[in-house]
Amino acid sequence: MAAVLDIKDLEVTFPTLEGRVQAVRGVNLTLDPGRIRGVVGESGSGKTVTMLAALGLLPSTAEVTGSVRYKGRELLGLPPSELRKVRGSGIAMIFQDPRTSLNPVHTIGHQIVEGIRIHHPEVHRKEALKRAVELLALVGIPQPDKRARDYPHQFSGGMCQRVMVAMAVANDPDVLVADEPTTALDVTIQAQILDLLRDIRREKGVAIVIISHDLGVVAGLADEVSVMYAGRVVERGTVDDVYAQARHPYTRGLLSSVPRLTDTRRGPLTSIGGGAPSLLALPKGCAFHPRCSHERPNCRVDDPRLRRVGPVEAACHYAEEMGPVGADVS
Amino acid sequence: MSEVILEVRDLVKEFPVRGGGKVHAISGVSFDLHEGETLGLVGESGCGKSTTARCVLRLIEPTSGEVVFRGRDVLKLGRKELRKLRADLQIVFQDPYASLNPRMQVWSIVAEPLIVHGMATKEARARANELLELVRLRPEHANRYPHEFSSGQRQRIGVARALALEPDVLVLDEPVSALDVSIQAGVLNLLEELRGRLNLAYLFIAHDLSVVRHISDRVAVMYLGKVVEIGTRDDIYNHPAMPYTQALLSSVPVPDPPVERKRKRIVLQGDLPSPADPPSGCRFRTRCWKAQDICAEEEPALIDRGQGHPAACHFAEELQVVP
Repeated sequence: MAAVLDIKDLEVTFPTLEGRVQAVRGVNLTLDPGRIRGVVGESGSGKTVTMLAALGLLPSTAEVTGSVRYKGRELLGLPPSELRKVRGSGIAMIFQDPRTSLNPVHTIGHQIVEGIRIHHPEVHRKEALKRAVELLALVGIPQPDKRARDYPHQFSGGMCQRVMVAMAVANDPDVLVADEPTTALDVTIQAQILDLLRDIRREKGVAIVIISHDLGVVAGLADEVSVMYAGRVVERGTVDDVYAQARHPYTRGLLSSVPRLTDTRRGPLTSIGGGAPSLLALPKGCAFHPRCSHERPNCRVDDPRLRRVGPVEAACHYAEEMGPVGADVS
Repeated sequence: MSEVILEVRDLVKEFPVRGGGKVHAISGVSFDLHEGETLGLVGESGCGKSTTARCVLRLIEPTSGEVVFRGRDVLKLGRKELRKLRADLQIVFQDPYASLNPRMQVWSIVAEPLIVHGMATKEARARANELLELVRLRPEHANRYPHEFSSGQRQRIGVARALALEPDVLVLDEPVSALDVSIQAGVLNLLEELRGRLNLAYLFIAHDLSVVRHISDRVAVMYLGKVVEIGTRDDIYNHPAMPYTQALLSSVPVPDPPVERKRKRIVLQGDLPSPADPPSGCRFRTRCWKAQDICAEEEPALIDRGQGHPAACHFAEELQVVP
């Protein structure tokens, strides 16, 4: 199966007054048709920047190298007019805060129509509006013909996110990038949106990249997962393998530091010591070594590459030595 | 159970709306907090949990009701007495960026409550160093400014400031929601440890039900300005009886792919009704799959209907929803 999206050796650097910020450092990420890939990591790990760079949505000051192929076609270096054709019709994106992504002075219907007609100017306005109403119905908005005439402020946060999904799938994209799509929403509304994304995948066959800091959200939605730390993918595999048999100390630390709804035991949580490193001055060797409980001298010198260890791929020199998840306490 | 330290009775807060009408932020909230325990207050945005916290501390004035702290009605205290009371009743806020003055050195942030309450500056400074050590920050960093600290460290500074006057009760308003998970665990561990060491009682407000389960002895669930279910941690998580609690718990994703895929979820229809115009009778009935005529006519009391703990539902019935 040929990947619909294939990111290779992606590097993103932002020159700033304080120095060069290495936001993404050699990320590889593939997405097969109809699959859902979770990208997990904490603030500053580079998960959003990776996807924005892939779609050419970063400010022009960003230095981007590597390769991003969409259905075999290289996107990096494509002129803006060509890239715009891909965005929206081939690859669509939804963001964390649906309210700031919608234009407050236009009706919802108008905004969906605009999205359709930019890519298909031959479609008549009336025809496009009919399609917009169908899309609103598809994403579960009650009374879609009436609601299409409403403005964003007349919608709740969950309803706005449904509208964003409707806009995203308007031109039948092959890839949907969802950046923390439920983080701003309450948990009962989150459940509705996650259900909607599952339905959209099933009905439209769209492949999804879901960026999230929430390990639970990714567990329930994704087929594969990539864990990012300090601009690198440090572990990847199927969700089942990674969650049950993670070999990277960071992934293992994350999995054991979250309190779980199912957890009946009290007592201290396992926490990862220290904080995320500054992207201006990354530690030598493995970027995780200052916080790692398995750290040894060569971790401070040699930067481990992602390699296969059992069922997963992990970027750790000592990945083979890790026991069951949750066994190591720092 | 240990002695009740804080009693909240029928607390009501209404905010007037321009052009008439009122937002019913909280409508008759009651609960007790015992010495040395953690009561988790959970609910989604707009349910009134933060308003409740602020009313308890009188950071905003409640419309009516009673807040009794160690036998004294907080709502009847004058300004001077209120200031004294606040030494015993402190708050930690959600956003560790907005709640610390960026132009103050950390020692003076932590020492400020002591100085306000009459301690000499030199003494307060020494005490601030002890407090920083208590929350595992280095006293040598006392001269630094908030921006030199990470989010988790800042939240520790907020905790140190709240503990300066040796309170009995700490109101924690979403204390870990702004933190990354690897940082969150450290702050939760610290809070647990301090509670044991200093015999503190916590009113722990959060929307994250996993965090609340981890830290609470008892839990109160709020919906649209009301407590709809209250009980021990196990009552709420293992034997929820109110449909809203059940839907809420079943919506929380767990980081376990096979469990998550197989799980049966109760996905609620629709959105939260406006607190300016709450539904008659049971406020949850517009989204409830059990709703009958009686739910619109009669508000269900928060009483035990045979489940061993109070739940505000005419059709309260235990349901296992946590896998």
